Amino acid sequence: MRMFKRSKKGLYDPKNEKDSCGIGFVANIYDIPSRKIVENALKVLGNLTHRGAVSADPKAGDGVGILVQIPHQFFQGELSKKNVILPRPDDYAIGMFFLPRDQEEKQHCINVIDKYLTKLKLENLFIREVPRNNEVLGESIKGNEPSVIQIFIKQKFQASKINEFEQRLFIARRRIEIELKSFDFYISSLSSRVIVYKGMIMSDSLKDYYLDLKDEMFISSLAIVHQRFSTNTFPSWELAQPFRFLCHNGEINTLRGNANWMNARASVSNSDFFLKEFQNLNPLIFDGLSDSAAFDNALEFLMMGGYSIEHAMMLLIPEAWEKNIQNSSMKDYYEYYSNYIEPWDGPAAMCFTNGKKIGAILDRNGLRPSRYVQTDDGMILLSSEMGVLDIDPKTVVKRWRLEPGKIFLIDLVEKRVIDNEEIKSKLSAKYDYRKSLDKSQIFLDDLETGDETTLLEEDTLRKMQVCFGYTKEDINFFIEPILKLGIEPIGSMGTDTPISLLSDKPKLLFSYFKQCFAQVTNPPIDPIREELVMSLDMTLGEKPNIFDSPEQNTNARLELKQPILTNKEISKIKNIENNTKGKLKASVIDILFKNSTKEIELRDALERICFEAKSQILDGSNILILSDRNVSKVNAPIPSLLAVSAIHHYLIKEGLRMKTSLVIETGEARELHHFAVLFGYGAEAINPYLVFDTIHNLVGDKNYNVSENNFIKASGKAIQKIMSKMGISTLKSYCGAQIFDAVGISEDVIDKYFPGTATLIGGLTLRQIKEETINRYSQSSLINKETTNLDVGGEYAFRIRGEKHAWSPKTITNLQKAVRINSKESFKEFSDKINDHNKSMFTIRSLFEFEKRRPIPLKNVEPASEIVKRFSTGAMSYGSISREAHTTLALAMNRIGGKSNTGEGGEEPERFKTLKNGDSMKSAIKQVASGRFGVTTEYLVNAKDIQIKISQGAKPGEGGQLPGHKVDDKIASVRHSTPGVGLISPPPHHDIYSIEDLAQLIYDLKNVNQQARISVKLVSEFGVGVVAAGVTKCKADHITIAGYDGGTGASPLTSIKNAGTPWELGLAETHQTLVMNKLRNRISLQVDGGLKTGRDVVVGALLGADEFGFSTAPLVSVGCIMMRKCHLNTCPVGIATQNELLRKKFQGTPEHVINYFFLVAEEVREIMSELGIEKFEDLIGRSELMTKNKAIEHWKAKNIDLSKILYKPEFESRDEVFNSSEQNHDLDEVLDVKLIHESSPVIEKKVSTITINKLVKNTDRSLGAMLSGVIAKKFGHKGLREDSIVINLEGTAGQSLGTFLSSGITISLSGEGNDYVGKGLSGGKIIIRPFKDSTYKPEKNIIVGNTVLYGAISGECYFSGMAGERFAVRNSGAIAVVEGTGDHCCEYMTGGVIMVLGNTGVNFGAGMSGGIAYVYQKEKDFKNKCNMSMVNILGVKKSKHILPEKLFDKYNFLFNDELRIKEMLKKHLNYTGSSVAESILDNFENELQNFVKILPIDFENVLLERISKETDSKVVNLWQK
Amino acid sequence: MAKVTGFLEHDRAESKSIAPKSRLRNFDEFVLPFPEKTLNEQASRCMDCGIPYCHDSCPINNIIPEWNNLVYEKDWKIALDVLHSTNNFPEFTSRICPAPCEAACTLNIDDSPVTIKSIERSIIDKAYENGWILPVINNKKTNKKIAVVGSGPAGLACSQQLARAGHDVKLFEKNDRIGGLLRYGIPNFKMEKHLIDNRIEQMKLEGVSFECNVKIGEDISMNRLLKDFDAIVLACGSEQPRDLKIPGRDLKGIHFAMDFLTRQNKICEGDKIEIEPEFSAKNKNVIVIGGGDTGSDCIGTSNRQGAKSVTQLEILEKPPAKENKMLTWPNWPLKLRTSSSHEEGANRNWSVSTKLFNGQKNVESLTLKKVEWKKNEEGQMVIKDSQGKESEVELKADLVLLAMGFVHPIKDKLIKDSGIKLDKRGNVEANDIDYKTNIKKVFVSGDMRRGQSLVVWAIKEGRQVAHNVDKFLMGTTKLPF
Repeated sequence: MRMFKRSKKGLYDPKNEKDSCGIGFVANIYDIPSRKIVENALKVLGNLTHRGAVSADPKAGDGVGILVQIPHQFFQGELSKKNVILPRPDDYAIGMFFLPRDQEEKQHCINVIDKYLTKLKLENLFIREVPRNNEVLGESIKGNEPSVIQIFIKQKFQASKINEFEQRLFIARRRIEIELKSFDFYISSLSSRVIVYKGMIMSDSLKDYYLDLKDEMFISSLAIVHQRFSTNTFPSWELAQPFRFLCHNGEINTLRGNANWMNARASVSNSDFFLKEFQNLNPLIFDGLSDSAAFDNALEFLMMGGYSIEHAMMLLIPEAWEKNIQNSSMKDYYEYYSNYIEPWDGPAAMCFTNGKKIGAILDRNGLRPSRYVQTDDGMILLSSEMGVLDIDPKTVVKRWRLEPGKIFLIDLVEKRVIDNEEIKSKLSAKYDYRKSLDKSQIFLDDLETGDETTLLEEDTLRKMQVCFGYTKEDINFFIEPILKLGIEPIGSMGTDTPISLLSDKPKLLFSYFKQCFAQVTNPPIDPIREELVMSLDMTLGEKPNIFDSPEQNTNARLELKQPILTNKEISKIKNIENNTKGKLKASVIDILFKNSTKEIELRDALERICFEAKSQILDGSNILILSDRNVSKVNAPIPSLLAVSAIHHYLIKEGLRMKTSLVIETGEARELHHFAVLFGYGAEAINPYLVFDTIHNLVGDKNYNVSENNFIKASGKAIQKIMSKMGISTLKSYCGAQIFDAVGISEDVIDKYFPGTATLIGGLTLRQIKEETINRYSQSSLINKETTNLDVGGEYAFRIRGEKHAWSPKTITNLQKAVRINSKESFKEFSDKINDHNKSMFTIRSLFEFEKRRPIPLKNVEPASEIVKRFSTGAMSYGSISREAHTTLALAMNRIGGKSNTGEGGEEPERFKTLKNGDSMKSAIKQVASGRFGVTTEYLVNAKDIQIKISQGAKPGEGGQLPGHKVDDKIASVRHSTPGVGLISPPPHHDIYSIEDLAQLIYDLKNVNQQARISVKLVSEFGVGVVAAGVTKCKADHITIAGYDGGTGASPLTSIKNAGTPWELGLAETHQTLVMNKLRNRISLQVDGGLKTGRDVVVGALLGADEFGFSTAPLVSVGCIMMRKCHLNTCPVGIATQNELLRKKFQGTPEHVINYFFLVAEEVREIMSELGIEKFEDLIGRSELMTKNKAIEHWKAKNIDLSKILYKPEFESRDEVFNSSEQNHDLDEVLDVKLIHESSPVIEKKVSTITINKLVKNTDRSLGAMLSGVIAKKFGHKGLREDSIVINLEGTAGQSLGTFLSSGITISLSGEGNDYVGKGLSGGKIIIRPFKDSTYKPEKNIIVGNTVLYGAISGECYFSGMAGERFAVRNSGAIAVVEGTGDHCCEYMTGGVIMVLGNTGVNFGAGMSGGIAYVYQKEKDFKNKCNMSMVNILGVKKSKHILPEKLFDKYNFLFNDELRIKEMLKKHLNYTGSSVAESILDNFENELQNFVKILPIDFENVLLERISKETDSKVVNLWQK
Repeated sequence: MAKVTGFLEHDRAESKSIAPKSRLRNFDEFVLPFPEKTLNEQASRCMDCGIPYCHDSCPINNIIPEWNNLVYEKDWKIALDVLHSTNNFPEFTSRICPAPCEAACTLNIDDSPVTIKSIERSIIDKAYENGWILPVINNKKTNKKIAVVGSGPAGLACSQQLARAGHDVKLFEKNDRIGGLLRYGIPNFKMEKHLIDNRIEQMKLEGVSFECNVKIGEDISMNRLLKDFDAIVLACGSEQPRDLKIPGRDLKGIHFAMDFLTRQNKICEGDKIEIEPEFSAKNKNVIVIGGGDTGSDCIGTSNRQGAKSVTQLEILEKPPAKENKMLTWPNWPLKLRTSSSHEEGANRNWSVSTKLFNGQKNVESLTLKKVEWKKNEEGQMVIKDSQGKESEVELKADLVLLAMGFVHPIKDKLIKDSGIKLDKRGNVEANDIDYKTNIKKVFVSGDMRRGQSLVVWAIKEGRQVAHNVDKFLMGTTKLPF
């Protein structure tokens, strides 16, 4: 029995468990061990509690731990009690083991340990039972508590190599682990230097559990601590951190690929350092390890082979060197090693140590906050946030942060801090990397020209196109638009075609693979605005031995700047042997199988190509080209994806993968998704030759080169976007990372050819894949001489002979008729067509049938008026749809007690008032999306639900853009932006990079509006269940699981079709996981995505949904006819358009919507009566009331396995299975309760101003939010007069200081802030100056954290010190002064004025479309840091005459810079006493030239146009006189 | 899509016609093609809907958005390919189809549908002008022999499809010319007959052989056909006209519309015949009974022959001028329609039931009764004569044309002797999936199977029966269904 590990059940799979956490370390630079270090570290843990999570059991934490140097004296003392004498420090090691509690098993484990220790000439000196107090454990944990022992180990060998002791320990550990794989066995640490204490304990109880930690003799000069926030609550002792060398806050997105590559690498690598015992340790990384544990293994391996810890860390987490670094030797260094190892990509802040060095590193995106302080006595504290220790401000010499891609190291031997620059320049100077590169690099352009590409005969082309299943749509919807516009084509509305498994058309294998994407536990990246971190570089050829020095490494490498090869390029590569004197050798493998009726042809062919790959490699080929060019009458093409993945995995298994690169030459791949899947399963470059032939045919010789270029460019962008959805930045790490879920492929095929991929409903067997391929191929004129036309397609637009659509002319007209005359009959016609699952299977739900049960009379069933309260309309913004449509939905939902959703983009305040007739146009659900448009405090307090949109079904992981021409006056005013200027919604919420960040946002919103439910919208993908469990632990009240088929106003076509999974999977997984975790009852679960009929609702309920979201169907009810033109603003029925003329055509009424929902509810009732169920809640989670439809006749769907979806987890009482209780938000104790009380005289208008003084700690989070909510509710957005409530604070404020601060409140803090200061600022004022007694220079130290002023609407901020990354991101109107910032300052800003009196990071002003920034810098290097794609850098402009109150009116932003600067400086000086401001003001006239002004181009144009219009109107006025 | 904002920039334009006064002088077509610019603008109005209701409503599912766009882009040849991929004879449909596509056009929600029919016509006319209509010859012969009986649009479409699949097709026609009702039922001013001749030329080259003046069942027996051919397709139409059996029906001057129209059409074909006086409308008061398309054809023909007056009687109520779009779109709405023949001059009367034909030898007048339509309890509309004296009226008449539709195929020897099974309505029984009759290897298509209908439906059935015949003979087929 496995005690502390969890196994797969239903749709739940432990490999999806995610975590992120609070991390930190405390160290003494001078390597003076002390009790203080240990105690401080433990205190840090206690103060990070809010970054961890608590599950149903209040004492069960998610895992916590501490890593320290071995406290020799302590153990000496302990062991001497037992009469054991320890050798000298460093000459013995301690292993910290978790063992089974069962005595027999435990003894077995110890015997195994002893066996290997002996083999490796190590001696078991003593076994110590670690003293523990399990009283502090949660009840749910106690049963899983392991036996914890320490084994003291002595060396018995003559050391012949450096580090031999550690290496022997490592080998011993690996062997023991391999042998005891099936036991409840885990080694926390086994080292002569460090020891780890960890477990499933609340963070403040660690020392109460491990009694050693309390001992006065238990000392260390360093300590790393970790507090885990897991997405679920199954006790997993071994997942607690730190690991042996590190702890990690973040998530490695490319884990699957990294682990595969690392294992492949380990099996062929060799190092002089290795002992001879260093054999057969494979796999280096076990299947199913957590990302951090796997990383730990990789790091350890590199160190064993001779890399220093910092060098190894830099190999695994390189900074974004490709586009960023100025230093060329450093760039050479990184470029050189980029061929050794692919980055472990994903958000990561890591603390690492080998006992002699301790350090931290941040990933290239800098997505995890880490700040540190150094005191004058040599102590350094690094932590996810500040304020976790009380440190006397006087002693602080430095407050700084980890910067993106940078490393920070303390060398305890050298007793000093070594900074990023020094480490990297030292490493890059070790060899002449440029020389090594010059020796080995080969570029495509250097190769002699291959065969010229020729224009194919129309006939031949057509034959090939048909053979590979090209449709007219492939050309009309994909290829042509890309050629014309150079970008990926956009569409709208959701997909309503069958999943590939249920389609009658022969589908390409690609379409069974759905893209995964980041949600909550890590953020997607913006590949456009943050392109500097992205890279499509690829290197072909044999990979060097990871431990080879540049002198030893003689491998040649073919460098590709991007991975789509033209037809000319592939022919160059084919000839590469001749061109490189044999350094590189390419050989072609035909990926074809015999066209016969024999079933095993495909299987045989796959075996054959794998074997051929092997023999080609042994023959010296280091580039393998898998080609289907030779397809013929006799030979059909193997699906390219199948071929690539089969060979990729075969070569990994054979230990040959590093010896070669895989290139695919295929006629099959043409869509951007196809390319992505091929890369995801191991292709390193693709030549989609038929696309290029098609293009050639379309445009002719003359325009071919330009078109080819356009296609490649667009493909590159799209691949970057698909990678970035998952938060992956480099193609090298994306390659083989398998970021896909399979929907509709059998487990046999997956296990054999796509191992590690999730497949949940089974599906295609290899035989069926063959059949489907042959079906397509046999259409081809290769077989039959007649010319055949391309298939119409019908995926993107309805075609009679094309793919089936759920929304067809018939269903739409039936539904519209039904709601217009409230006709049950017409509705029945509609729903029968949708529900007719025998004939037209579209969705997974169509495969179910209800159990036959004894019916009850319809009248006994809960009334429809109750059921409709569970319904809401989906998030469609005012902006994406017209005001008419938006308000119609709101009116209807308010009348029936359902809920409508604002969507992203705010709501006009007028709508908050109830109308005279009692109607209300107020949307009950207020959405908070990544753009934060119109998210004011007033907006939030007017919500019943506040929905945080993490992702959207049609384009999960992507941002959006509202083009300038759609932003009219009204929309601009609701969104607090400028008419005519485009608006960008970033892919991630910049305040949600991790699960604990989400907890913080929920806390912020709950503080603003305690009555509102906080909802989190997720999109279905494998693993969403565990994310939802985490979200529940973040104390969300409501979760929406949206299907991949959700609608959209505008999304790339590939995303509409290929990202995410059907909701049936996500909903069932979520429900099951929540029930298993005993979290289900606290949360309301909503399902959303293509719901149409009452049957859909019932299936949803049976799979676990409490509530139901509908979007397309209500839109159809008010007139939508599925034009799919929302993105073009030309909706002819006045719904998805802002065009005045078209809006007039809107004919929908609230009654239509009401009729629709009642018709659905009535159908629900009918089914309930047949099922014999009276109350709706009794449907929820009753998956046993459904079975797989026995009459499935579809040839592909026969093998479908729905048992995982229908799995019903155990529970004790029914109310654990639906939303039967509430979250406990613990808001009674927040500081704001006191603030509200003390400021009540002002709120009640008894006095006009009040001043309040308070001390703050980092645990006082979201300070000011609750008070602001009270004010916004009473006074609206305009709030109170400036400085009505002044709150003076002292200390380190917790996260989100002054979030959503209303007008009239001023927060003045002496001390420092953490992340998210002034987020959503709604008119308030925030001032932060350093601690009273601090001695350092404020402008050189950090005073506020990351993502300050995110989504701020208005208000002012003055910070005397520097800020972290993304200062003023998406600022709409706040005015702020700061003395320096990190990267991405003013990103996506649309308004306001930001003044930076010092250094900025890179990528300043990316995506900035409004407002201005002033940057003061004496060094003139700002230009290199500014992202110039949307802004201009200008000198400051002198004044025109202006009224002082107009100075900050955005329409005057073209002029008056010097007045504005002066005004801001004066205020800054006045509020903070800033010395920088003072010195500038003292010499203002001269200093003015050191300011530059950053003005967005579009914004400037709009302002200029406005001026010219004003001038025009003046002229007219003159004439009128 | 043609142009994103095309429909916002351009209103619908109607095709211009030669003024009634001038066009009445002859039997030539009178609808003028759009000027190039107008055509381009009109094509630009197509929105390439996510669901093209036009494509769905079109019986042959013309892929309308695609060719609209191609016309806009001036890719005429590809447009022709796309058009031909669903329609063998766009030159027929683009002239005489009532265009349910336009009724279903998204822009018809606002009464301004894309001028689909004119655009279709422009494509095919352009093709003829440029000589792009070439035979599609399949040299890979199957050696299967197929007899097609009846050369209306169904028979023609079927023959062409089968010939292109490599079969040896023989088309039998009982009249002296190929075309069926298309030739002798449709007046020239709506569709000039050289268009049929062009197709016959093309089909001959494609391998169809035509046999006119052969009546199957009489000249050649069905058994003979069954022996000589591998498959037989019956496409004899639905030519039995609905009669009005009231007192006075035997009087002279009362004719079925087809008898009237055929005579004129033969003259237009160049046959040197004289119309018998009793069939001529010249200087007569003509009464057309029946308010449908055939009725309109009678009006147009009468006016061209020089009628003194033309009056049309319809028993149904006058339909509303404007339909309730919210409930009818995208379906074919019941509404008042004014045909080009109406524009040329005719009195139109609704809710009129003809009770008596009066006269001595020749018909002289009609006794008419006003009727009312009411919903009964089952919700069906039922007819009731109006009461009172004023509701009865007598109308002068010299020539009465019965255009009240067709009931079923003529029960000739072919039907009677072959043992072929008929359905309840008297049509040949077969479904629209396999088109098989009860007799082995005998298929049926067109009006003969479905009852009277549009030319476009006949073409569709012709294509679909060809698909089935090919599949029946070869096991598989590449002919579209």
